[in-house]
Amino acid sequence: MPHTLAEKIIAARSGERIDGPGQIVRCPVSLVLANDITAPLAIKSFRAMGAKQVFDRDRVALVCDHFTPNKDIASAEQVKVVREFARDMGLTHYYEGGDAGVEHALLPELGLVGPGEVVVGADSHTCTYGGLGAFATGMGSTDIAFAMALGETWFKVPATLRVDISGRLEPFVGAKDLILEVIGRIGVAGALYKALEFGGPVVDRMPVEGRMTMANMAIEAGAKVGLFAADDKTLAYCREAGRLGDMPLAPDPAAVYEQRMELDAGGMGPRVACPHLPENVRPVEDLAGTKIDQVVIGSCTNGRISDLRQAAALLKGRKVDKDVRLIVLPATPGVWRQALAEGLLAVFMDAGAVVGPPTCGPCLGGHMGILAGGERALATTNRNFKGRMGSLESEVYLAGPAVAAASAVAGEIIHPANLA
Amino acid sequence: MKVKGRAHKVGDNIDTDAIIPARYLVTTDARELGSKCMEGLEPGWVRGVSQNDVLVAGENFGCGSSREHAPLAILGAGIPVVVAKSYARIFYRNGFNMGLVLLEVGEAADRLGQGDELEIDTDKGLIRDLTTGESVECRPVPGFMREILDAGGLVGYAAKRLVQT
Ligand code: SF4
Repeated sequence: MPHTLAEKIIAARSGERIDGPGQIVRCPVSLVLANDITAPLAIKSFRAMGAKQVFDRDRVALVCDHFTPNKDIASAEQVKVVREFARDMGLTHYYEGGDAGVEHALLPELGLVGPGEVVVGADSHTCTYGGLGAFATGMGSTDIAFAMALGETWFKVPATLRVDISGRLEPFVGAKDLILEVIGRIGVAGALYKALEFGGPVVDRMPVEGRMTMANMAIEAGAKVGLFAADDKTLAYCREAGRLGDMPLAPDPAAVYEQRMELDAGGMGPRVACPHLPENVRPVEDLAGTKIDQVVIGSCTNGRISDLRQAAALLKGRKVDKDVRLIVLPATPGVWRQALAEGLLAVFMDAGAVVGPPTCGPCLGGHMGILAGGERALATTNRNFKGRMGSLESEVYLAGPAVAAASAVAGEIIHPANLA
Repeated sequence: MKVKGRAHKVGDNIDTDAIIPARYLVTTDARELGSKCMEGLEPGWVRGVSQNDVLVAGENFGCGSSREHAPLAILGAGIPVVVAKSYARIFYRNGFNMGLVLLEVGEAADRLGQGDELEIDTDKGLIRDLTTGESVECRPVPGFMREILDAGGLVGYAAKRLVQT
């Protein structure tokens, strides 16, 4: 039977015959992930299960990225639990302090995830690795504890919604705008329980970082995974990250899709998601003139080097509006160092931005940029739920790095092409 | 499992930040989390809830983050069963793993009114609204999930497996 990407990976890894969506399979995992918020619960469950050792100390990654550097005593206690567990178990991949970055930007950069693998993480944006062709999905801490102890999990084989994207992209339009457009069209429950599989000429041309940006937000449409084929670009990225032996991966030409969507992105402008759901997507022009108090550039969605380059290109020689706080958080130490070497950090600071350490920070209203009541932020992050970045009375708009940088300068939402 | 309690209705797309805002994630204690249940939706919401009450929700309940603190907060608030039109998938797994029973009833959720007295048999998949006399049927809890629930959640289930290996 011809297979979609999701079916193909599950079939290969589980060794079971896959006859289509709905089937429940037990499947070994390639890597298990948790962070400073979710690992303490996973560890508690792990101990409660009576487990003494992780299934493989090279295949469990713990990244302290959400509230770190620890913002208060409670978060410091949580990180302590994670650190001690990592030490007890002799984990190879424990990241904190100067090693740590936003998990979903960090693991691909370190070569810990790649095509055809099955990755489970106690974080909903684990789906990011689908950009590299990995079947990667978020789960709760107890599911993760189970995977840490036994090296396996169970899946219901998802039905697939195939999205083909074509057309010539306009200037300032990138991966974030495309995924926002898709979510705007299908809604936050549009791919519930399903696999989103992306393809078409635009995707074929898209650099791997952009694919990860798109896969990252698959969960914002309710999807279990967001998958891309692994092509030459993917393999080059993986080699660069120090991986060996990865193979190309593509869906079978006659794969059966539950649903299909064609997106002609030609002529489409940048997109912005309005409060308080990622599906409230509108053309940036419709929102022109909306005053903002804060801009955040970073996160697992758009905190990679290509994102910072786009933002810096617009900020170079310009100043951030005096009523706006621009916060730039390169997603990993690797991105930070690269941005430093390329002079991007100087561009940000000359423009009046705060350049912070790699952390999730304000993305989830954790620290380093919390909003007061009545404040409005524009962020390159992935969620704009009520209160996500602070006060319940605050608002978050989501956009790509170009719109974010241009709007920081204008003091209001603006199409980057209209920046003076 | 049989449950009898009052219905507390919430709308569609209730996300995990509404169920338990990130600022309260500095603990994993169910009672403490329970005291802030739905704080992101309406401050003080939980004060109207008594032990064994039932949450009745719309579509895509529990969307957003993978935090298990969300089903824990609901359990901690004294609510053992959620009835919804549909669930976000991570929340669905987490619910059963934590021992929270989730029933999916589609549009029939609209027939259950705010504050109604409900009687639920989760094994039979039967919900009776004692206030209105309405009854709603749904798919009973699947066998595999029941095994997990019977073991007291995924922790107990894993413990059994670990003893065997
Ligand atoms: S950057 Fe934001 S969305 Fe990404 S892992 Fe951190 S908190 Fe979650």
